Amino acid sequence: MWSELAKSPVFGVGLTLIVFFLAQKLYRRTASIFFNPVAVAILGIIGILEVAGIPYRDYAKGGNLILFLLGPSVVALGLPLYQRRREILAKKLPILVGVAAGAVTSIVTASGLTWLLGGSREVIWSMAPKSVTTPIAIGIAEKVGGLPPLTAAIVVLTGCLGAICGPEFCRLIGLRDPAAVGLAVGTAAHGIGTARMLEIDRLGGAVAGLAIGLNGLMTAFILPLIFFCFR
Amino acid sequence: MVQGFALLLLLQFIGEIIARGCGLPIPGNVIGMGLLLVALLLGWIEEKWVQEASELLLSHLALLFVPAGVGVMVYFDLLRREWLAISVALVVSSFAVMAVTGWTEAWLEKRGGHDVE
Repeated sequence: MWSELAKSPVFGVGLTLIVFFLAQKLYRRTASIFFNPVAVAILGIIGILEVAGIPYRDYAKGGNLILFLLGPSVVALGLPLYQRRREILAKKLPILVGVAAGAVTSIVTASGLTWLLGGSREVIWSMAPKSVTTPIAIGIAEKVGGLPPLTAAIVVLTGCLGAICGPEFCRLIGLRDPAAVGLAVGTAAHGIGTARMLEIDRLGGAVAGLAIGLNGLMTAFILPLIFFCFR
Repeated sequence: MVQGFALLLLLQFIGEIIARGCGLPIPGNVIGMGLLLVALLLGWIEEKWVQEASELLLSHLALLFVPAGVGVMVYFDLLRREWLAISVALVVSSFAVMAVTGWTEAWLEKRGGHDVE
């Protein structure tokens, strides 16, 4: 009976909401960045599914309903961009050059380090688009001969890392301006980093949202060029 | 609220059409973000039409990434095969990207400020 119930979308949606609610409570109570609610909820749900022996595809029946809302949410990122348009327009050159520098750094360091550490060819190319938002990253990985599912997993892990300690790391290296922090976190950790930035600072969140699109665009054009040079 | 959701989904849909039609490697929702910005700037869409729905979605953005993250469990075996190279490269590269992006932005802005003075 239980395995039948787990196939209902109610299970996936309910489990996600309950675990995320508890993860948020834990985060507020501990006030520690290491209890980032997204990362804790993901680990918690994976743990529950593994222990209960529920396959991912059963969970996904409900999970995909929540995932669907991500589409219009990305569109909605246009609103904070519009609201902060004057501040952002005043910084257009630093923003464009900053993201371009970040995009190149991401491709070179992610695939370069994997290569140095003895990674196989598919893994090297799967790592290259790691800082790009999932749908764009998967498209790029396909084009350059990476493994799209591996890229998807790497992208999510990168996002969690950036959301957990991105803003703190930026403060540590002397970045004070919320726009600079938002740009750094959005470029490195796409949507998951942007979600964290929106909780901290409105301008930072708006710039991070812009960085998702810009980094995706730039990487989509730069990476295939690099691929043709190295293949 | 209904109006806002309808507009956001409409823009996402138009974004999908543009992405497929032009064969772009960019997803429809990212194009939709750009379309919303342009529509707001041109006054085709008023801010208050999309305000409520957008705020609701954006204030819960973190939650929406959880199901995608759970999907990682399917690829544990792929990740485990070369976990050391993957994790070191992922962590070092992420910090490098943040430092380069943030410093470049801050440096250019400081320089730009001096030019005006």
